[in-house]
This record gives sequence, C-alpha cells and structure tokens, in this order.
Amino acid sequence: MGTIAVERPASKVTTQARRRRVVGLAALVLILVAAGAVSLAVGARALSPGEVWHGLFAAPESDQRLTEIRLIVETVRVPRTVLAIVAGVALGVGGALIQGYTRNPIADTGLLGVNSGASFAVVTVIAVFGLSDPFQYLWFAFLGAAVAGVVVFGLASIGRGAGNPLTLALAGQGVTVFLAAMTTAIALSDQKSLNALRFWNAGSVAGVGFGVIWPVTGFIAAGLVLALITLPALNLLNLGDDVARGLGVNIALSRTIGITAITLLAGAATAACGPIAFLGLMVAHVARYLTGPDYRWLVPYAGLLGAIVLLVCDIVGRLVVRPSELDAGVVVALLGAPFFAALVWRGKFKNA
Amino acid sequence: MNRTGVKPDVKPSVAPGVRLGRVSFVWRPWIVCVSLLLGAATFLVFCLSIGVGDFPIGLPQVIATIFGRGEQVDEFVIMDLRMPRALAGVVVGIGLGVSGALTQSIARNPLASPDVLGITNGASAVAVFLVTVSGGTAAAIVSSVGLSAAALMGGLGTGLLVYFLAWRRGIDGLRLILIGISVSAVMEALTTWLLVSADIRDVAQAQAWLVGSLDDRSWDEVQVAVWGTLVLLVVVAGAAFQFKPMHLGDDVAAGLGVRYSAVRAVLLLCAVLLAGVAVSAAGPVPFVALVAPQVAMRLARCPTPPMVASALVGALLLTGSDLVARTALPVGLPVGVVTAAIGGPFLVYLLVRANRR
Repeated sequence: MGTIAVERPASKVTTQARRRRVVGLAALVLILVAAGAVSLAVGARALSPGEVWHGLFAAPESDQRLTEIRLIVETVRVPRTVLAIVAGVALGVGGALIQGYTRNPIADTGLLGVNSGASFAVVTVIAVFGLSDPFQYLWFAFLGAAVAGVVVFGLASIGRGAGNPLTLALAGQGVTVFLAAMTTAIALSDQKSLNALRFWNAGSVAGVGFGVIWPVTGFIAAGLVLALITLPALNLLNLGDDVARGLGVNIALSRTIGITAITLLAGAATAACGPIAFLGLMVAHVARYLTGPDYRWLVPYAGLLGAIVLLVCDIVGRLVVRPSELDAGVVVALLGAPFFAALVWRGKFKNA
Repeated sequence: MNRTGVKPDVKPSVAPGVRLGRVSFVWRPWIVCVSLLLGAATFLVFCLSIGVGDFPIGLPQVIATIFGRGEQVDEFVIMDLRMPRALAGVVVGIGLGVSGALTQSIARNPLASPDVLGITNGASAVAVFLVTVSGGTAAAIVSSVGLSAAALMGGLGTGLLVYFLAWRRGIDGLRLILIGISVSAVMEALTTWLLVSADIRDVAQAQAWLVGSLDDRSWDEVQVAVWGTLVLLVVVAGAAFQFKPMHLGDDVAAGLGVRYSAVRAVLLLCAVLLAGVAVSAAGPVPFVALVAPQVAMRLARCPTPPMVASALVGALLLTGSDLVARTALPVGLPVGVVTAAIGGPFLVYLLVRANRR
C-alpha cells in the first residue's frame, strides 16, 4: 500500500511494482530449481551432475556402479528433495495465512495446535500400540493435527466473538499448552515413546518414501487451492471486520476456509517431517518485506521462500557434521534465526 | 464533545480516585475483591499443600504452626521439611505471573511471555548441556545447586542477549519479540540436537528437568529465590506507577511525563530476572507466565494484564498444581505437566465464556 506515490500516476507505479514482483517470483523459482539440483547431488556420497542425470533418466543397466547411483538417486535423494519442497511450500504458505488470519505478527503455524496435536498422537500410538515405523504413525500424526486444529477453531468460534483473531490465537495457545503437557506426561512414563519423540521432534525430511509423500502432497495441494480461494478476502479482512463486511466479504465463510487451509498445510507437513518450528514465521515476515502487505503476492513468495529455506537447510544439515547428519528442523533454527534476527535488527519489519 | 465545542451535559462515569501523598490510584472495587479472593485461595492451597504428606497434618494445626503457635513435632515437619517446597511454589508462581504480565504489557501482545524472550529455552539448553554432554554423573557432582545456578546463568544470559540484540536507539515491542523468538529458536534447536545425540538415560533425566519440578527443595535453594523475587517485586512496584500510561502508546505516555524508554528498560530487565530466578528454583515450568496474566485479565475484567492479580493467579496455579501432582495423580509427574493441564483448559474456558456473554 505504501508504494503509491501521490505525485505520480498510480497506474504507472503499480505496473512497475507488479513487474518487480513478477521478476522476484521468477528469481525465487530459479533459486528453488538450483537448490533442488544441488540437493540431488549432495550427500553422504557426492554425485556429479552426469551421475545425477543418469540416475534420473537413463534406462537400467548391468553396470554395478551405475545401478548403485540410480538406487541412491531414486530412493534417497529424490524423495527427500521433493518432500523438502512440498513441506517448505506448505509451511511458508501456512505461516503467511495464520499471521493474516490472527492479525498477529508473532503467530506461527504451530499456533493452531497442529504441531502439538501431531506430537501427542505420535506419542500416544507409540505408547499404546507399540508402533515404531514412521509409515504407521503418519496417519495418526495427521489425524492428531487435524483434530487439534478443528478443536481450536471450534472453541474460538463459539458465541458472539466468533472468529475474533485474538480469541483464535489464545485458544490455540491454550490447547497447545494442554496437549504439550499430555505429550510430556506420556513420554516421561514410557521410555520407548520418549525415544521416538526426541527424533520426531527434531523435524527431518529424510527417510520418508513416496508411499508417504504422495498422500501428504495431496492434502497440501488441497490446502493450497483453498488458500488461493481465500486470498482476496484475506486482503479485505486485514482492513478490519467491519470494512470487510461492508465490502461484501462473508467473514465466517472466508475464516473457515482459511483455517481449514492452514490446518491441511501445517498438519500434512508436520505429519511427514515432524514439527519444524520457526520456518513459517520467518518466511512470512521476509515475504512481507519483499512484497508489501498484499496477500495475493505475499503468500506465493512465502511458499517459495519456505521451500528454498527448508531445502537449503536440509542440504547444509547433510554437510556440516559428516558422516552423520543434522536434522533440517534444527538447521532451520540455527541458520534461519540469526539471519532473521539480523533483518529484524535492521528495521526491515516495522509495519509487520 | 460535539462540533460546536459545547460540552454535553452528561458527566462521564469515571471511577473515583484515591490519593495518599504522592501516590494516587483509581479505586476499582472489583479488582480488589478478585485479588483478595485469589490471595485467600492461594493461602488456603498453600496450607493444604503443607499438610499433605506421609505425616498428614490438619489444616488448623498448619495455620497455627505458621503463625508460631504449633506443637514441636509439627513445627519440625512443617518448617524444616515442607515449607521450602510450598514457599518455592508461591514465589515461583508470583515471579512467573508478574514476568508474564510485564512482557505481555510491554509487547502489547498476549502471546508474549518470558518463554518467547528465550529465558526458559536458554536455561534449558545450558541445563541439558550439563546433563548430557558431561554425562549424568558429572552433572551430579556439580550437584543440583550447580545445575540451578548454571540454568540461571543460561536464562539470564539469553535474556540479556535478546535485549541487547533488540536495542537499536531504544526498544521496540515487536522487534524485541521477533529477536526473542529467533534466539529462543536457536536455543531450542541446540537443546533438540543435544537430546537427539545423547544417551537415552541422560535424555530421561534432562527431560525430567525440562518439565519443571518442585521436588526436594531445600531452604538454601529457596532462600535465593525468595529474596531475589522480593527485591525485584519492589522495583516493579516502584516503576509500575509510571507504567500505566504506556498502554496508551509511547507518544501519549511521553506527553504525560513518562520517560518510557527508561521505565520499559527497567521493567523488562525485571521481567527477565524474575523469570530467570523462577527457572533456577523450579526448572522451566512452562506456560504459567503465558496463562496467568491472561486468566487474571479476564477474572479482573481489565483491558491489560493486572500485576497483582497476575502474580496471585500464578502462585495459585503453581501451588495448586503441585498439590494435585502430589495427591491426585498416581505417578510422580512433575508440576509443569499439571500447570499446563490445568492452565491451558482454564484459559480456553474463560475465552469461551467471555464469548458467550
């Protein structure tokens, strides 16, 4: 909004701004593609571009070495690259949406209770059914995330103050607090759960196959479609409920769609990777700094930035403590937080 | 006021003021009532909590002993064995409640708590480092006092780091919180990393510390917390009179003669120190600082977190949770689990009730 100068014709300026935003969007896509290529090549066994190409597209051969490369690319590198991109987009878009819907600049995707719901479900099924395979508890994690999101939204929409952004944020905290306590209680009384929980909590995009990635991508795609539908209304909602109502926005409906989108996005990403904190919050602010307050631009930027950051952090995590690996969720905080703090310090987020 | 500049003939309903020398405040009977009730409830739970144990003591005897007219056996059990723990509960609760009320007021954001400023995560990271890296035995040699002290250093160090990183020609609420979240995330990531790479036995010990507990407090440990909290509360009370107008915004506050930068710096430092002292005494008991001011606000029907009521809600929440943890629950669950299990739903209940009205 601040880009419109009085002395110049508004249309010319907005055209320039739009061109700049389109160029920025294209640049982000290019960076993402480059990061994806690097992600395919880098790891415990470094591959040359030719080898990656072969692993992706060549027909099976009898050569032992090439078969091995093909195996690495197909079963390890491609899945984790795809998951990092998909989950990163989901968390970035989710972070931008939740800050918009709660009108709270410190709201994170975990706020709706989705992270704590997923953790609680994971710990519970491990303690009760003795499951140990991530493939088995993916669905429980998603179920827990979805139920927690629905409960938070339901509690916040009872009665007169229905859908009030402040109520939503506080209800989210209340439920998160409760679920986190229950999770701890179970984890402390069951060592197997505690052990699983600490790995799950770190947040990682590794070791998940396409059997998990496809359904997760489905949910995230649905969330993205809902997000797209709700963007124009979100712009108007940020002018205040009364203004939005006056301009013909169905407030209850657009809130419901928005919250459903956030639940789908954050819930699916959390189910597949574990809770990755801070990512959504961070990229939402950076995106707002780059694009201004228009959510039709802010949200795509946040999605691409989320994917880039998660992908880069996963790559860095593979390199820094070789031969071991650092979980992407840990790297996001260790790398992203200082960068974000520097931007904050330089006063980039004044009107966030 | 209308456009002609003629004042309307109706007097606005303003609460009556009270003036005692240089100190003046608005007389709001409802807040005083709520505070008195909370205080009474806290004292009751405090006494009940002292009475509960392997050697049960009735409520009248507990009260008599506290006021110095009890039997010798009771006096030994109560004053030497149970008082430190009960007192720790009250003091930590008060510290966290006030700390939360201050940070939420300064940031003008209900989600801002000392946890967000990195104090608890900083303390946790240091404590977990002590337990996991140097091994459980080494941490035992440093002894529980050493662990608390190290955690205190970690918490305060992180809090001050956040403050100085956020300082840029003054402190801005949002910048403080965003920097706080960043530093907090780094500390949490370090903790997670330590937990992932550690031996499972150390992890269990670290995890138990991470939840917060009031078990086995000695007078030595509690004394520091009690005196530290008292001194800080005096400072907060002194600055609080300057603080009220700041809810109207910096410009208005400056117009009313408040040196808001200085006041905010002092209060923020107090908030950090109060939370740090609380964490050193009981571990990072989560959520009390977040929930207590919000609950107090709604009970007292204030637009901003009230200091006294927040302190009392914090004390009641922690003392009550400790009582529940020791009596109602089968396994020895730490108090942090119970504060969250009670505080979270109660906050949600208040929200829902407020919306219904």
